[in-house]
Amino acid sequence: MTLVAAGTARVGALDVAVDLTVADEIVAVLGPNGAGKTTLLRTLAGLHPLDTGRITLDGTVLDDPAAGVFVRPAHRSVGMVFQDHVLFPFLDARENVAFGLRSRGIGRREARRRADDWLTRVGLADCATARPDALSGGQAQRVALARALASEPRLLCLDEPLAALDAQARVEVRRALRRHLAAAAGARVLVTHDPVDAAVLADRVVILEAGRVVQTGTMDEIALRPRSAYVADLVGRNHYRGVAADGRVTLAGGATLVVADRTVTGAVHVSVHPRSVGLHREAPGGSPRNHFAGTVTDVDGLGDRVRVRIEGAMPIVAEVTAAASTELGLAPGHGVVASVEATEITVYPA
Amino acid sequence: MLGSASSRPEPGRRRRGTGAAVPVPVVALAVLGAAFFALPLLGLLQQAAWSDVVRDLGSPEVRAALRLSLECSLWATALATVLGVPLAWVLARGEFRGRSLLRALVLLPMVVPPVVGGVALLAAFGRTNGLVGPWLFDTFGIQLTFSKTGVVLAETFVAMPFLVLTVEGGWRALDARYEDAAATLGAGRWTTFRRVTLRLLGPSLAAGAALAWARALGEFGATITFAGNIVGRTQTTPLAVYLLLETRPGAAVALSLVLLAVSVVVLVALRDRWFGVR
Repeated sequence: MTLVAAGTARVGALDVAVDLTVADEIVAVLGPNGAGKTTLLRTLAGLHPLDTGRITLDGTVLDDPAAGVFVRPAHRSVGMVFQDHVLFPFLDARENVAFGLRSRGIGRREARRRADDWLTRVGLADCATARPDALSGGQAQRVALARALASEPRLLCLDEPLAALDAQARVEVRRALRRHLAAAAGARVLVTHDPVDAAVLADRVVILEAGRVVQTGTMDEIALRPRSAYVADLVGRNHYRGVAADGRVTLAGGATLVVADRTVTGAVHVSVHPRSVGLHREAPGGSPRNHFAGTVTDVDGLGDRVRVRIEGAMPIVAEVTAAASTELGLAPGHGVVASVEATEITVYPA
Repeated sequence: MLGSASSRPEPGRRRRGTGAAVPVPVVALAVLGAAFFALPLLGLLQQAAWSDVVRDLGSPEVRAALRLSLECSLWATALATVLGVPLAWVLARGEFRGRSLLRALVLLPMVVPPVVGGVALLAAFGRTNGLVGPWLFDTFGIQLTFSKTGVVLAETFVAMPFLVLTVEGGWRALDARYEDAAATLGAGRWTTFRRVTLRLLGPSLAAGAALAWARALGEFGATITFAGNIVGRTQTTPLAVYLLLETRPGAAVALSLVLLAVSVVVLVALRDRWFGVR
């Protein structure tokens, strides 16, 4: 079960890179609003044509404008779970799930039986005769999932599957969705703007920014080595671009860092976890050789920890204990010295 | 904690708080306007000789007019639906130059005086000197003027814009993702149209057809100009009302009441659509 997509699709003024290889696994496409995530999914389902390139699923070409091939959505084995679910309002849950089976020529009785099976699988056997407007957000999402899975597609696409839910339902539905996605076979692609969704639901993550794939990998890899300011922000790390030579990195802003990793040279990304940043009233002596004076601009409490944003030669976010923050008297406008151990700095080629 | 009784505002108090009271002169004019609509209706009800209504409606001439009206207006509604739904589709979903021109063309019969519509229909389908009328007659032997078909055509001409406008509105409000969903579930174009689009359009279609039917039923100007006023053939109810007013005013009022009742039924049927509080 392999989806191979390599191409572009234009939507408005944006050329979206449709660049994705998915085996028998769950891949999350993560990116900000307007990055082209939904367009990417729509090209896979055949709801938006490619302008260049090609999409194949298990070796069957679905879209190849150069060769004049375009398989209509109805003839692709692609299931789609839309944002806001898009359940047919005039059909009950069972008939919604049976819709795909009926379209593919399965008799009414058999389609209903299978629909009931699917509803049981997603834990909604009791809701078979409920209309969509009588379902909760989480239930509607499970009906939408059952509807997409009932035709046993080779590729399952989910567009922001959790965006329509309130915060409380989200956690629970996410957990259930993870179970159902793991149980489904084949290539599964979900689109989300929430790194938590990506981390919980997906085996692998593709980051899409302004129509371009900027990074791929597991969420752990991405969290450790973000390759753009957006990704760094998403995973909550400090991120810089610079040039490395002889165990030193000169940042774009002019500051110089001493790093432990001497093997990487040339253009690099640098990332530092906020918890690895120490804060002091005055420049400390001893081992941390990297220290920078700056001014506190923001102080945000996060329970027993405090996030401090510091502007200066090297803008940085530090996370310290509430006790340390009180002791240092951290407040916007105060001068402070930030320090980072060379061993706590991750350096990787750009 | 405050008692719940005191925290719930009384209806009278709440209104004062909005500060949006309608000025008295405006209310006075509004009452006048409402009276202007209500008085003719009251007059009609008052003029009706209720004991004679059944007899008046039972006369052969009146029954012929009612039957013809029913028949022709239903045909006109059917024709307006068959031609109007594709027009609405093209107007709502098509992207081409001249779309607003096409919409203006379709809506023209709503603003053109119906009698002018009748003259225009004559100019197109008139048997002797119409644009396509002579050809229709010479080739197929079809004469539209002064025929029942002519009545249907005249009624369709004035009624179809109501259907197109209503259905186009419904089509624009329709979330295309329902059709996308159907497509990803293996439904071809025709199945999607039948099982999803039409179902979602249902309320608009019903409303548009009801409006078109009511308009066709009441058609006067275009009909009398294009199809004439032949008893039993082209004399529809509104034409009969007009002529009966001279000879048997009681029957004219009785027929008017029938047309009024139909209008009220259509309005009530459409109340959720036009008057519903959403």
